[in-house]
Order: sequence, then C-alpha cells, then structure tokens
Amino acid sequence: MTFLDYAPAPESTAILDLKSEYGLFIDGEFVDGDGGSFATISPATEKHITTVQSASAADVDRAVAAARRAFEGPWSRLSGSDRGKYLFRIARLVQERARELAVAESLDNGKPIRESRDVDVPLVAAWFFYYAGWADKLEHAGVGSAPRPLGVAGQVIPWNFPLLMLAWKIAPALAAGNAVVLKPAETTPLTALLFAEILQQADFPPGVVNIVTGAGDTGSALVTHPGVDKVAFTGSTAVGRAIAKQVAGSSKRLTLELGGKAANIVFDDAPVDQAVEGIVNGIFFNQGHVCCAGSRLLVQESVHDEVIEKLKRRMATLRVGDPLDKNTDIGAINSAAQLERIRALSAIGEQEGAERWSPACDLPENGFWFAPTIFTGVDTSHRIARDEIFGPVLSVLTFRTPAEAISKANNTPYGLSAGIWSDKGSKILAVANELRAGVVWANTFNRFDPASPFGGYKESGYGREGGRHGLAAYLASTAGAAVVQTEQATKPKKGRTT
Amino acid sequence: MTRLAVAKTYKLFIGGAFPRSESGRTYPVASPGGDFLANAAKASRKDARDAVVAARGAVPGWSGATAYNRGQILYRVAEMLEGRRAQFVEEVRAARGVSAQQAGDTVDASIDRWVWYAGWADKYAQVVGGSNPVAGPYFNLSVPEPTGVVAIVAPQESPLLGLVNVVAPAIVSGNAVVVIASERHPLPAMSLAEVIATSDMPKGVVNVLTGSAAEIAPWLASHADVDGIDLTGAGALDWVDLEIAAVDTLTRVMRPSPLEDAVAPSLERIVSWTEVKTVWHTRSLR
Repeated sequence: MTFLDYAPAPESTAILDLKSEYGLFIDGEFVDGDGGSFATISPATEKHITTVQSASAADVDRAVAAARRAFEGPWSRLSGSDRGKYLFRIARLVQERARELAVAESLDNGKPIRESRDVDVPLVAAWFFYYAGWADKLEHAGVGSAPRPLGVAGQVIPWNFPLLMLAWKIAPALAAGNAVVLKPAETTPLTALLFAEILQQADFPPGVVNIVTGAGDTGSALVTHPGVDKVAFTGSTAVGRAIAKQVAGSSKRLTLELGGKAANIVFDDAPVDQAVEGIVNGIFFNQGHVCCAGSRLLVQESVHDEVIEKLKRRMATLRVGDPLDKNTDIGAINSAAQLERIRALSAIGEQEGAERWSPACDLPENGFWFAPTIFTGVDTSHRIARDEIFGPVLSVLTFRTPAEAISKANNTPYGLSAGIWSDKGSKILAVANELRAGVVWANTFNRFDPASPFGGYKESGYGREGGRHGLAAYLASTAGAAVVQTEQATKPKKGRTT
Repeated sequence: MTRLAVAKTYKLFIGGAFPRSESGRTYPVASPGGDFLANAAKASRKDARDAVVAARGAVPGWSGATAYNRGQILYRVAEMLEGRRAQFVEEVRAARGVSAQQAGDTVDASIDRWVWYAGWADKYAQVVGGSNPVAGPYFNLSVPEPTGVVAIVAPQESPLLGLVNVVAPAIVSGNAVVVIASERHPLPAMSLAEVIATSDMPKGVVNVLTGSAAEIAPWLASHADVDGIDLTGAGALDWVDLEIAAVDTLTRVMRPSPLEDAVAPSLERIVSWTEVKTVWHTRSLR
C-alpha cells in the first residue's frame, strides 16, 4: 500500500429499497405495459439491478392521453402559486431522499458517488426549487405579459445525468403549466422510477407527469405522437437530427440539447495549477460522459510542456474504480456499447498519429472501464479532434496567438461550451466574445446552476435550459399563440413523415 | 375541570434573542372588544439603536449568502408558519376581532406571501439587471445589490400579513431590517419573530420592536447606520418630519401607503431596497 492507496470506503446500498420490477408510471400509478420488459444493470459489475418495462406505442398513447387529461383538467385550473407549491414539495422530497437517490444513480449509471451525492442530486433539488418560484411569476419570464403553457411535452433524456436531466426537463415544463411524458434513457431508468414515487409522496395530480421507460422505439413513439405539443430532447446530434426531421412540418415546438466538442483554451498567462484542475474536471468529470466536456485542450505553445507534465502528474493520482466508493474519482463507462465507441475512436487516434498516454491504473475485471487518456500531437483534422468521444479521452492541440486559439476553438460543427484560462480579464472577455458556444467558462469549467441558461450554438442544438431563458421553451406568448393558429389555418396540418 | 392556560410574556426580538425593553416599560394590549390580551414591551431609543447594531452585523453574512440559500430560508419561514397556522389564526382573530374564516384567510395569505418572495431570491437580479450594450469594447453588467439596513414602520391595521408584506421583500435581496410592529396589535408580530427565530434565519436579519412608532421612528429615520426607511405604516404619524430626518445621510425613503393594508406583492418593493451596481470591464485580445 503506497500513500496514494486508500482503504475502501463504499457507500452502503442498504439505503435502497428497490422493487424487483417497475411498471410504467402513467396517470399517477405504476401500471403494466404491453411492450415486454428488460433489465437494468450496474455498469460497474454488470449485475442485475431491477427489471423495467419497455413502453409500446400503445403505452405511450395512454401516457399522452393521461397527460392531456391532466393538462385540460385539474392542472391548468391550478393557480401558479399552487403549481409552485407542488414543485417546492418535489424539491424538499428530493433533499430528504438525497442520499438514497445518489446511491441509486451511482449504481445504475456508474458515476462516482462523490459526484452523484455532491453534484447531481443537489442540483436536482435546486432545479425544482428554482423553477417552483417561477410558477407564479411567469409574466416576468420575458415572453409577454400573459404567457401560456404549450400543452403536453414529450421529453427524451440521456443516460449521462439521468435524474438531473429529468429535473432540467420536468421542472420548467411544470412551472410553465404543461403536463409531461418523459422517457428516461434505456440504460438508466432507475432514478426516474424513484422520482415517480416522489411524485406520489408529493400527492401530485395524476397524469401531470408520466414516465415511460424503454429504448429508441419508445422515444420515437413519443416524439411523433400527434398529441404532443412540444418535444424536448437531450442526447446525440444524430438522434437530434432524426427527431427534428420527424417533427418537421408539424406544429410541435422543439428544443434540442445535443453533442459538443468543447475547446478548453489555456493561455500562457493562465494560473497553471488551477488550469490543470480545470482540465481534469473538464474532461474526466462523469467519465467524460458530458455533452459540454472540455474534450479539446488548446494550450498555448509556450506552456504546452509544463501543462502536459503537470496534467500527467495529476492524472496519475486519479482513482478509477467502484462508483460507490467515496474515494473514487472516475467510475464505470455507462454501457458496453459506449465503451466500444470510446475504444474505437481511441484506436483511430493512434492510427492517425497522435501520441496516446494513460497513467498506470488497475481496472476492475467485470464491468465497463476505460482509463483516463490523453492524446498529444493532435491535429485539427484528426477524428479525435472532431468527433465527440463522450468518454475520458482528451485531445491536446496547440496554438500561438489568441486569434489562432479562437479560430481553432470555433473549428467544429458543435458549439455547446468552451473554457478559457488566463489571469487577464480583458483577454478572457474578448475571447469569450468571439467564441461560438452557448456557455463559456473562464478559469472554471463544468459549472451548472438552475439560474444560468445552458444550451448550444450550431449543431449542439437549439433552445436553452436553465434560468429565465429556460422557461421560454415551455411558454407561448399570447401574441405568439395567435400566430400559430393563423399558420394552422392556412397550412396543411399533417406532419410530413421522413 | 378546565385547565388553566399558561400565558406568554411578549418581549422584543433583537439579534436573534428575545430581550425585554431595556427601559423596563410595557403597555397593555387589548382586543377590539376591550379585553386585556397581554402586556407588550415598549421599546426605547436604546432598544432601537441595539436593533440597528444587530441588523448591521447581520448584513455581510446575509447579503453574502447565495440567493438560493436566502430563498430556502424564506421558504422555511413559510413551512414553520404553516405548522403553527392554528396559533396565528387565533392571534389574528383575537387582535382584530375578525371571524375565524377571515383570520384563516389572512394567515394563509401570509404563508403564501413568504413563498412568493422566497421564489424571487434567485430571480429578481436577472429580471431587473442585465448586460448593457455600450458603444465600445467593454463588458458592461448591471446587478442590483441590497441597500443594507432598512427600518420599517409596519402597517397598523394588518398585524400579520401587513408585516410580512413589508419585511419579506426587504430581506429577500440580503438587507437586514428593524421593524416597528403595529402599535395596537403587536402580538402576532412577536409570534412571527418566534417563527423567524426557528427558520435558520441568521440572527439580526429581522429585528422586531413593539411600542410607540411615534417615539421610535424618528431615531431610526435619523440614524446614520440606517440605509433605508419604509414608512408604509406611518400614515398617521408626522411622516414628513421622518422623511426630512432621513435626509442628512440620504437614507432611502418609501412614503406611507394610503392602502397600507392592501400592500400587494410586488417586485418593485424588492427593487426599492436595492442599489444597482454596474461593472465595466475592457475586452481586448492584448
């Protein structure tokens, strides 16, 4: 045992009281669907956790109908103040059951308990608390004096932050007065189902929130359902494009939060030690399964060697292993399929001539694991500089002038986030001005707050989540609603199928 | 055999503690029917000054807390108030002589008012602040910040809801307050102080005085460490003198409201007790 070795400190799973199987959550109750069932497993051990249902198109139809009834019935008759009180209840229940939710999240997703406990779940509570306060203040949301909800929102979320993405979707939708049908990711349904129990504890009116588990077919049935007024999707750019095609020509509103290939720019006047911490946080947080991950490090040539040496030294201290261990920095890759993609792109990185490095690290035998990895000598044309890897793999590029850094940072079809490291404020603000990205972090990275809007430029999607701007995705101004009606009157109503 | 009730001694609320007035004075509080309810403490000039010291001491911590934290604490006040709903219904009913139904409505509105203002804690800055598109290579951002210590003469005829209406919007942004409760109906205010004292609210953020507003308010209006004075409930006093007394240190003044009992929830009230700070920063690649 060296000084870097820690005794195991596993968080107990005794706090969980899981059922052996979960139904679909429709109209306030867990019900059986007719699409069969599938297992959700722990990616760290490949062990079975519980069995969940695969919602069929008919099940989705039932869920949308329940949401419609709730929207046109009790939910829309509630005052904003009462809607807010329901959301405050959720925030408090999430806080009360925080540890349980964190353990469930780490078990199902593979992320370190340190992150689920200190980042994901506290942010979930914060998100509901924040939007709860908006429910009776919508006239200040910036979309006119009498904004109205859109109706039924169909929401499809990814596996990287299962419960947090649920909160990002559900909290603003409900604050604005919509009803929702949400599909969690196939590999991470667990916390969404626990959330359904929280809705029951909060005595939520039935049908306001419906949760349908399943895979791509379920998601497709949801976003194409004619009873859905608004589609919100977070996930890959490829699937986002497919959804945008499916809703094209319909009257559905759409927001997309898609992939990224963020530049994390380190200038020669940066606080290097802080920057190294930020680089590590930027790419290795959540195993790099982060759409806004700082996956391209742009480092000024004059400090390249110093930064890389310090980065390698820091990486050698990262502990990879049991997600439930409180000392773990990097947990399991979420699925075999994702691990395969990370391996394939990393192999391509080597083939294209970049230099690959990982610290020595013992990976567990079972489960899906990938050591933290950096590639140096990466060129802008390399696949690993262009494709989103969505894993703990950093591509390092260099630049000489701020103009070159800006040009390289923007040289991507994505535009979700970016990082800037410099002690010079005027440079940070000038560079931030030039970056085509929806979120720019300066001397920090991967910060999230319900008060702060988040979302991408270009092929990272459209629409914002979080803050006042996040409400706009779920509200129609009175004038806007009139325009939509006019369009519907003059245009064929049927959506084009592609 | 009926049980003999234990009567509560009503005191002041200063710096998180419940002292008697240093003057040793009290005054009898009666119901509209003339029945004796309790003796209330009659705060002195020194009590008012102590309260300002306590409020000033609370400002750095409270205004420096995150907006999320302040919002949760205001929400906690609502939770605590809800749990003691029956007590407040009884106190409002006794103080004002209204029906249990009317008193219940008042208490419910008071709870909901705390929730409404709690929600503003992390929102008002985005609604009233923002970036300014100046004509030059500058980043320019305006942010409202709390004014500091606000003295308040609470509405006289609405001892609970009226008090919430003036206190919540002042503290939500990070101010600390010294509030003079309704002179004739001071008892619900002191019970609200007990709620505040058990809501994780840092000591000194809210200080409650009972007694004669005509006697205490001039000292607060002219106090150099008071940054703002809310005269909403001072309509029956010589409030013009109070406004003039506030001028020396350019204390911000909110004049009495003719409809003091109908103080509506308003963003404007929050903004009244803030100062807008604008930050310029150059943008340059060199």
